[in-house]
Amino acid sequence: MIIKTENLTYTYSSGTPFEKVAVDDVNIEIQEGDFVGVIGHTGSGKSTLIQHFNGLLKPTSGKVYVNGKDIWANKGDVLKVRFEVGLVFQYPEHQLFEETVYKDIAFGPGNMGLTKREIDDRVNEAMAFTGLSEEFKEKSPFDLSGGQKRRVAIAGVIAMRPKVLILDEPTAGLDPKGRDKILNQIKEYHKKTGSTVLLVSHSMEDIARFAKKVLVMNKSKVFDFDTTENIFKRYDKLKAMGLNVPQVTNVFHTLIKNGVDVPDNVYTTDYAKERILELLSKKGGVLND
Amino acid sequence: MESLIHTEHLKFEYQNEEETYVALDDIDLDVNEGEFVAVLGHNGSGKSTLAKHFNAILVPTSGRCIVDGLDTCEDDELFNIRQRVGMVFQNPDNQIVATIVEEDVAFALENLGVDPQQIRQRVDDALKKVDMYKFREHAPHQLSGGQKQRVAIAGVIAMRPKCIVLDEPTAMLDPKGRREVLNTIMELNKEYKTTVIIITHYMDEAALADRIVVVDHTKKVMEGTPKEVFSQVEKLKDLGLDVPQVTELCYKLRQNGVNVPCDIITEEECVKELQRLLEE
Amino acid sequence: MIRDITLGQYFPGNSVIHRMDPRMKIILTILFIVMLFVAGNWAGFAVTLVFVLAVVLISKIHIKFLLKSIKPILPLIIFTSVLNLFFVAGTPIFSYGIINITYEGIDIALRMSFRVIILIMGTSILTYTTSPISLTDGIERLMSPLKKIRFPVHEMAMMMTIALRFIPTLIEETDKIMSAQKARGADLESGGIIKRSKALVPVLVPLFISAFRRAEELALAMECRCYQGGEGRTRMKILKFSSVDFLALAVVAITFGVIIAFNILF
Repeated sequence: MIIKTENLTYTYSSGTPFEKVAVDDVNIEIQEGDFVGVIGHTGSGKSTLIQHFNGLLKPTSGKVYVNGKDIWANKGDVLKVRFEVGLVFQYPEHQLFEETVYKDIAFGPGNMGLTKREIDDRVNEAMAFTGLSEEFKEKSPFDLSGGQKRRVAIAGVIAMRPKVLILDEPTAGLDPKGRDKILNQIKEYHKKTGSTVLLVSHSMEDIARFAKKVLVMNKSKVFDFDTTENIFKRYDKLKAMGLNVPQVTNVFHTLIKNGVDVPDNVYTTDYAKERILELLSKKGGVLND
Repeated sequence: MESLIHTEHLKFEYQNEEETYVALDDIDLDVNEGEFVAVLGHNGSGKSTLAKHFNAILVPTSGRCIVDGLDTCEDDELFNIRQRVGMVFQNPDNQIVATIVEEDVAFALENLGVDPQQIRQRVDDALKKVDMYKFREHAPHQLSGGQKQRVAIAGVIAMRPKCIVLDEPTAMLDPKGRREVLNTIMELNKEYKTTVIIITHYMDEAALADRIVVVDHTKKVMEGTPKEVFSQVEKLKDLGLDVPQVTELCYKLRQNGVNVPCDIITEEECVKELQRLLEE
Repeated sequence: MIRDITLGQYFPGNSVIHRMDPRMKIILTILFIVMLFVAGNWAGFAVTLVFVLAVVLISKIHIKFLLKSIKPILPLIIFTSVLNLFFVAGTPIFSYGIINITYEGIDIALRMSFRVIILIMGTSILTYTTSPISLTDGIERLMSPLKKIRFPVHEMAMMMTIALRFIPTLIEETDKIMSAQKARGADLESGGIIKRSKALVPVLVPLFISAFRRAEELALAMECRCYQGGEGRTRMKILKFSSVDFLALAVVAITFGVIIAFNILF
């Protein structure tokens, strides 16, 4: 268990007329090595929740455990938690500030108090994961394209070698090519390092393609936390909440409503294709060849 | 139908210290009145540069760009052109000028020296069209992304333009904001016959258009109805673009020898087709 | 809440004071300040106090907020009062070693404190009852005669409006950047002043870059909406003096008269 929360509650502007409970009594356990998608409306509490995992926000009540340790037990240790749980914010390229790509990526490891060599290793490794070749090192991050900037920013967090990597909408505003590139790199990183990844996204297609488990937040509470397959089976509930579901899921559930016998656990085009081919071959005769 | 925007061999170059870059090359394009056109292309393909020609923010290095009969190279016509073609950008925060919604919507009209009484009327009208009338006295930072973007649209349609150009208007919004903005755009096009040109990375938005234009590496590479364009799945993928998920599913099925048409772009069509296949 | 800072100190309301023309409110506030300094004795001071309290009552603003507005300058008042108390020469009433308190010292300290407190209360009523945008509007129009001597009145007002508009946006942005750098292990809270100001570089650089990017985009958006400076511009909302404004002017004039009379009488 890499992250665990116990009755986690967070209230904004406590004691003023603007008081708002952003996270309400959340109890979840995230296993080491999982790839978890986090979904929910804007204002559902998902952004507030993830900022508790690395100690950026302190719970109003309740506990957060990282690697079995209560992160607020000893106030001085909170800084260390930020290196264990790396958080990439939305539009992370807006936080770039150094003169060169290398220096910017080295900022996090530098704050960890590592030796020059260790920092160098980590920067190289992070650049490799994000597909930034050697030639980028001495370039100014401000001369890069939008997609490249974002990869530099993500590398800046990966370079801390966190056990958990949390990404808030890492593909927002990118074109389809840039989107796929970053998502595939994250997947690769997850596979190679075995680290835990949390992906916050509005794109159900992306969640469906990459996440093994999905955490659904609604109105400050955990609405559901289960395998991706099971989550998309609860199609009607997601729809009632006003969340989008992948187009193929929509199609398959409409087919079911129309009385066609198709499975209810379809959420990627590849899986959809397999199921349809299977059904067709059972019937036989429709295939061209 | 008469063409509202017409470009002829439009070429645009820009310079930095050492080199000259070509951003657009030999673009011939016609947009008809009342049409809904989507422009696709990956980042850096030149599509935003193209959009900026439609209201004379940029003018061609060579070739021509004619807007409602006015040549964008004519300096005297600048404000006439900008009044006819309004522009909405990606980040709603960076295009709202005033601290009160209705004051912002009035901004363009005040600039044009319209009579105060008429401004009031047009502002109310524009706010009603984007369904933001009840927020007219709010401060922009109290609104959601989708609401802010609708205010930005109102600020443009208050000029009563013939055409609005939207440069990735939904890229920074959540799904709810996207739906709101998209519905607003559709309504402007269908109800009020405003010509719409939208630049987008979302294929489901492009699928709603009457016509799609694909720009790649400074050139126009594809043009046609959504069905015509999206049916060329491989070509689009080569250009670094996507197709709607249902189109992709049918494409994959076809590759496996299943007999489904290649021009399926909506969920309804896909449901119908699969139902036919499975119940046949 | 930090996000509502553009409202400044404005408390939305619908009182007569709220509805007054901002130009008149600005003029009357200036008149009031002059009045405060013309008042030469405690009888005159009492009149200004009654006047302020009456306006507070009419504007329906809670007196609590007015007292709050004084709080930040309280140390300043105390400090200058103490200086006056000890260093003004005159008839001594208390003397111990080098400490020498005089009757004149007490008198000056009290008068000064009273004037400053009433001054802050009076000007606060202006900002409490007038939204920043109508305040800007009022200033622009009051200063418009200065256009003749080529003073950039419109540009100044535009700058104020845009600043007001972007303050909340940039505050939110600062917050985000700070969180992002903290997530990379930046320690923004501990250490001495040099360490702390160094730690601010990763926050300030992105903030400036973002501000410039926003400015560029905003300029483009303004151009698209036919912005061409103040020349030939009209306004949707036209300011008009109403009978209330003239009534208020009359009340202030009478009060002023009373104070002058008190100066002569007492």
